[in-house]
Amino acid sequence: MPEKTNATATEMAQVETIIGRILQVGVIFSAIVMGIGLIIFLATGESGYAGNTVPLTMGAILLGTWQLKAYAVMMLGMYCLILTPVLRVVVSIYAFYKEHDHLYVAITTLVLIILMVALLIGVTGK
Amino acid sequence: MIQTALIMIGVGIFAGIAGAILGIGGGMIITPILTLGMGLNIKYAIGASIIAVIATSSGSTIAYLRDNVLNLRVAMFLEIATTIGAIVGALLTGVLDPKYLYLLFGCLLVFSGWNMYRKLRRGQEVLQRVEPDKIASKLKLNGTYYDKAEMKNIDYQVENVPAGFSVMFGAGVASGLLGIGSGAFKVMAMDTFMKMPLKPSSSTSNLMMGVTAAASATVYFFNGSILPGIAVPLALGILGGAVIGSRIMQVLPARWIRMIFIPIILYIGIEMLLKGLGVHF
Repeated sequence: MPEKTNATATEMAQVETIIGRILQVGVIFSAIVMGIGLIIFLATGESGYAGNTVPLTMGAILLGTWQLKAYAVMMLGMYCLILTPVLRVVVSIYAFYKEHDHLYVAITTLVLIILMVALLIGVTGK
Repeated sequence: MIQTALIMIGVGIFAGIAGAILGIGGGMIITPILTLGMGLNIKYAIGASIIAVIATSSGSTIAYLRDNVLNLRVAMFLEIATTIGAIVGALLTGVLDPKYLYLLFGCLLVFSGWNMYRKLRRGQEVLQRVEPDKIASKLKLNGTYYDKAEMKNIDYQVENVPAGFSVMFGAGVASGLLGIGSGAFKVMAMDTFMKMPLKPSSSTSNLMMGVTAAASATVYFFNGSILPGIAVPLALGILGGAVIGSRIMQVLPARWIRMIFIPIILYIGIEMLLKGLGVHF
C-alpha cells in the first residue's frame, strides 16, 4: 500500500512539472511577442497606425501583426498575456482530474464556465 | 519614446517585486505613478493597471515549476465567489452607490490591519486546532507549505470558510464595480477571516488576482483603454519583477512580510474610508 501512494506521489509530481512547463511556455511566449512589438516600435519610431489609433478588433490586430506593425504585435502579445490565467484554470482541471479529485474537477470547471460568461459579457457589453 | 519605455520597465520591475511579495496587484503603485507622475488620463492608467495585475500574477506563477506555497484548492474554491462577484459588480454599475462599498471595505481593511498587528504581537502564524473545521476538511482546504525561511514543511488549517467566501464575493463585487484591484481584500479574506498563514495567503491571492482580472481585462482591451506604448514595457518589467519577487517572498520570514503589509493595508483602508465620506485630496 505505501508503495502505491508513493507511485501516485511521483506521478502527481510529474503532472505538476508538466503543468508548470506549459504555463512557463505560455507566459514566455506572450512576453516574446510583446518584446518583439516593443523592439519594432522603438526601432522604427512608429506605431504603424495614424495618430494615437490602436487596432481594437481581432481582425485588425492579426492583419497588422502579419504586416509587422508595432502596435498590432504589442496588442497581440498583451492578448496572449490576458489569456494566461485562463490557461492556468484549464490546466488545473487536468491536474485535479489526474489526482482523481472529482469535487475539484467540478469546482474548477465551474470557475472556467463563470469566466467564459464574464468574457462573453465583456465582449458583447462594449 | 525610448525614455518612456525605460521608465515603464523600471516602474514595472519595482511594482512586480512588491506585488508578488505581498499578493496585491500593482494597481495601487502604478496608478498614482501614471496619473500624478506622468500626467496620464485615469482611463489609460486603469487599463495599464489591469494588465499589470495579470502580469504580476502570471510572472509569479512561472517563478517555480512546482509552487509549494500556494493552495490551489483554496484558490479555485474561492474563485467561484470572486468571479461571480465581479460579474455582479459590473452589472451593478450605476445602480449601487459606490460610497457604501468604499465605507464598508474601508472599515474591513482597517479592522484587518489591526488584526494583523495583533497577530504580529502574538507571533502566532499557524492555526492548529485539535478539531479541524468541518467545512474546511470536507473541501480539503487544509494544506501544507514549504517555508524556505524556516526550512521546513508547515501544516496549517483554515476555518470560517463561509466568512472567507463572503468577503471574496465582496472583493469580486468591488473589483467589478469600483475597478480596483482586490488583492488586499483577498489576502484579508484568507489571512484575517480564514486564518491561513500569510505566505500561502499572499501566493494564493496572486494566482486568483490574475484569474479575476482576466475576466474584466477583455472589456478594457477592446474598448481602447490600453495604450500599448505604456502597457507593454510596463508588463515586461512586471513579469521580470514578479519572478524575482516571488522568489524573495519565499525566503523572507513571514513576520517581515506582515510588517510591510500592515501600513499598506491601513493606508488603502483609510483612503477608501475618506473616499466613502466624500473627502477628496
